[in-house]
Amino acid sequence: MSEKVEKSGFKIETSALRSYTMLGALILIWLFFHWQTGGTFLSSGNLSNLMLQTSVTGILAVGMLMLIIAGQIDLSVGSVLALAGGVAAIALTNWGYGLPIAIILAIAVGVFIGLIHGTLNAYGKIPAFIVTLGGLLAWRGAIKGVSRSETVSVADPTFKMFGQGNLTIGSGWFLAGIAILALLFLAYQRAKSQKEYGLGEADYKAELLKSILPILGIIGFTFAMNSSNGIPLPVLIFAIVAIFGAFITNSTTFGRYLYAIGGNTDAARLSGIDTKLNILKVYMLLGVLTGIAAIVFTARQGSATPDAGTLKELEAIAACVIGGASLMGGRGTVFGACLGALIMASLDNGMSLLNIRDFVQEIVKGTILVAAVGVDMIGRKS
Amino acid sequence: MNPILEMRAITKEFPGVKALDGVTFDLYEGEFHSLVGENGAGKSTLMKTLSGVYPYGTYGGDIVIDGEIRQFKTIRDSEHAGVAIIFQELSLVKELTVGENIFLGREPSKFGIINWSELYQKAAKLLQDLNLPIDPRTPVGNLGIGQQQLVEIAKALSQSAKILVLDEPTAALTESEVETLFEILRKLKSRGVGMIYISHKLDEVFEMSDRITVLRDGKTVGTQNAGDLTKDKVIALMVGREVGDIFPKTSHEFGDTALEVRNLNAFDLDNPDKKLVDNVSFSVKKGEVLGISGLMGAGRSELLMSIFGAWQGKSTGEVLVEGKQVSINSPSEAIKNGIGFVTEDRKRFGLLLEQPIRDNMTLAGLKKISGAFVTHLSKETVAARGAMQSLKVKANSPLTVAGTLSGGNQQKVVLGKWLLTNPKVLFLDEPTRGIDVGAKQEIYSEINKLAKEGLAIVMVSSELPEVLGLSDRVLVLHEGKLTGEFSKNEATPEKVMAAATGNH
Repeated sequence: MSEKVEKSGFKIETSALRSYTMLGALILIWLFFHWQTGGTFLSSGNLSNLMLQTSVTGILAVGMLMLIIAGQIDLSVGSVLALAGGVAAIALTNWGYGLPIAIILAIAVGVFIGLIHGTLNAYGKIPAFIVTLGGLLAWRGAIKGVSRSETVSVADPTFKMFGQGNLTIGSGWFLAGIAILALLFLAYQRAKSQKEYGLGEADYKAELLKSILPILGIIGFTFAMNSSNGIPLPVLIFAIVAIFGAFITNSTTFGRYLYAIGGNTDAARLSGIDTKLNILKVYMLLGVLTGIAAIVFTARQGSATPDAGTLKELEAIAACVIGGASLMGGRGTVFGACLGALIMASLDNGMSLLNIRDFVQEIVKGTILVAAVGVDMIGRKS
Repeated sequence: MNPILEMRAITKEFPGVKALDGVTFDLYEGEFHSLVGENGAGKSTLMKTLSGVYPYGTYGGDIVIDGEIRQFKTIRDSEHAGVAIIFQELSLVKELTVGENIFLGREPSKFGIINWSELYQKAAKLLQDLNLPIDPRTPVGNLGIGQQQLVEIAKALSQSAKILVLDEPTAALTESEVETLFEILRKLKSRGVGMIYISHKLDEVFEMSDRITVLRDGKTVGTQNAGDLTKDKVIALMVGREVGDIFPKTSHEFGDTALEVRNLNAFDLDNPDKKLVDNVSFSVKKGEVLGISGLMGAGRSELLMSIFGAWQGKSTGEVLVEGKQVSINSPSEAIKNGIGFVTEDRKRFGLLLEQPIRDNMTLAGLKKISGAFVTHLSKETVAARGAMQSLKVKANSPLTVAGTLSGGNQQKVVLGKWLLTNPKVLFLDEPTRGIDVGAKQEIYSEINKLAKEGLAIVMVSSELPEVLGLSDRVLVLHEGKLTGEFSKNEATPEKVMAAATGNH
C-alpha cells in the first residue's frame, strides 16, 4: 500500500503522493474560482488576501497536527486563542505593559493551558476529547470574565504590525533568496550524506530535480505578494511556524516519538518512550503556537473580542484531516495540514467572491471535508 | 445410551497450517469430558467449530447433536441447539447489570419495551438456583472475576444449554473461587448437562472428569476414562512427539552472571489479591540461553514485563544487572541497564505497522543511533540496513513499510530493534509464534549466535521442543510459582510438562 514507487531514480513515497494529489485538488479549486470570478481570484491582491486568511488557521493547524499524530485532539484552541489574545490586548491597553510583556503573556497563557490539558489527559487519563471540550467552554468563559465581555481595542502600532504589516519588496526577495539557498543546500547535503554513509552514489541531479518545484513555488509566491503590498507579516510568521513544525515532525527524536505513540502506544512504551511526558510536551507546544496565532489574530483585528476564534479549533482539525492526518494517530504531515488550511481558506475566499450565500458555503465546506476523507479511505483500501 | 454430541472427523485448515486433522470427540448427557493438550494443539479451534465461530462449510467433518447433523452459521445457531461456551476472556458487558447481561439480546419484552420486573425476577431465580448470592441489579463490573464467571454460567443456563463448554475457566480464579465453581459444575452434571472442560491444570482435570481426550498437533491422540489414566500417562500423550533436529546443537560458554532476580512478585491488574508471579528468583549468565516454560497463564510474560519495568499492575522484588542492584521502574530504565525485550504479539506490542523498517528498528535506541534531539536519517538507514543484513530480513529497502512484511520478517525487525540497543540481557517472549519453519530456523541460529557473542538470553516459549532444543537451562512456572529447574541434560518433555501442570 505505502510501498515506495520507484520511477527512473525518482522516488516518491505514498504520503508524498497524497500531498501531490492534494496539491492537484488545490490547483483545480483555484482554476475553477479564477474562471468563475473572471480573473479576480488569482490576482495578486486576492492571493495576498487569501494567504492572510490562511495564516491564523494554518498556525493552529501545525500545532494541532502534532497532537493528532500523537493520537490526541484539542477542541479548545479557539477559546484559548481568544483568552491569550484578550490577555495580551488587556495588558497593552488596560494595564499599560509594553509589547514584549504582552507577547510573552499571550504565549504563557497558551503554554499554561497546554500544561493543564496535557496533565489531565496524559497523567489523569481523562480522554483528550473530554479535557479539551471542557477547555472549550471554560476558557471561553474565562475571557468573557477577564474582558467583562467587552471588546478591548489595541492602539500599539508595533503590535498591530504582526497582523497588518508587510515586508518591503526588497526584504521579501531577500528572504526568498535565503529560502532558495537553504533548499539547495539541504538538497546538496542529502545527496552528499547518501554517499558518505555508503548508501549509494551521490545523486545531485535527482536531488536538484526534487527542489525545483518548491523553488518555483517560492518565486511565484514572492512575486505575487510583491505585486500587491509585499509579503504580509502574518504570512511570514505562518511560514516560519510551518518550517518549524516540519522540522520537529521530520527531523527530531521528539517528532518520531509522536508518530510512534500515535501509531502504537504499547509498542512505543515498551521501546522505552515516556509516552505521557511526550504527550504533555506536545500540548504545551500547541499552546505556544496558539499564543502566536492569538497575537497575529488580535493584531489583525486591531482589537480583542470575547468571541474571537470561535470554531477555529474545528477549522484547524479539518485542515489536518483534509491534509491526510488520521484522527487515530500515527499519520499526518505538516505540509498536508498547511495545504488543508489553504484549501479551506480558498473555499471561503472563492465562494465569498462569488457572493455565494453563507449557508451554502458552510454546506460545501462540510461536504468537502467528508468527501476528502472518504476518497482517502477508498484509496487506502485498493 | 447415545451421545448428545458427536464431532466426526473434524478438519480445519488455515492458510499453511492444518489446525485440526480428523478430530473425533463425543459427549454424553451428564458427562464431564476434559480436553487437554499443549498450547496450539487445537482445543480452542475445535470448540470454535462447535460454536459456529467458524461457520459450517469452513471446516470438514460433521457435528452431530441429538443424532442430527448440524450446520451452524453463527453462534446464535449453536446456542439454539443447546451449546453454550464460556471463553477464557469473559464476554460480559461490564457496564450492564447481572440481569441485563444474562438476558442480553433475549430480554422479555412486548413491542420492544422491556419488562424489567420479569427480567429481574427470572434472573434472581436463575442465580438462586445456582446458590449464588448475587443481586441481579448489580453492574457486572462491580463483581470479582470469579463471580463474573458464575454469571456467565447462569447466562448459559438461561438459554437451557445442554452442552456447556468451559475454556480455561479457572485461569483467573483464586482457590476458593475455583471450589465454588466446581460445586456448581457438579450440580449441573447431576441435572444432565454435558460439559466439555479445557484446562492446563491436570489436578482439576482429574478431580472432575469422567473421560479425558488428549489432542496433539490437531489430532486426537486418545480418549479414555479418567480412572484408567494417570497424570504421567496424560503428559506422555500430550508431548509424545519427536524433538526435531531443526535445533543447531551448540554448546555455549558461560561468563559471569548477567542478570539476577530475587523474590519477584507481580499482581493481577484487575484482581490485586491474585499473584500472577509468586516469589520467583533466578539468574542468567553471559552466553547462556535460559528457557522459561509453562502453560498459558503461568505468569511467564508477567515475569518478564515486571523485570522490564513494564508491568502495569503492582510488582515487587530485586533485580541485579552484572551484580549491581538496579531500580527499574520503566522500560527506558531497563534499556539503560542493558536489558532488551522482544515482546510477544509483534503487531500489538512490537511494531509500528505503518512506519518503515528503519523507523521501527531504530525506535528503542533512537537517541544513541540517530541523535539526542535532531535525527540523522542516513545514520539510521545505515544502522537499519546493517541489522537487516545480519538478520537476513527479506525486504527491498529499510524504507519498506513494516506492515507489508511477512510474519517472520516482522519478527526479525522487532529483534533488530532490540539488538540495536546493544543489550547485555535479551528477553524473548514467544519469539517464533506464527511464523513459518524457515524463518523459525533462522531465528534459532540467530539466538545461538547471540549467545556465543556473550549475550544472556531469557526465552519464554509455549513450544516445548523450542525450549528444550535451544535452552542451556529450563525454568518451569506453574500458577506463578517456580516449579522446576532443569539443566539441558536433565530436561525431558515429560519432566517439564509435569512441572508445568503442577504435578511434580
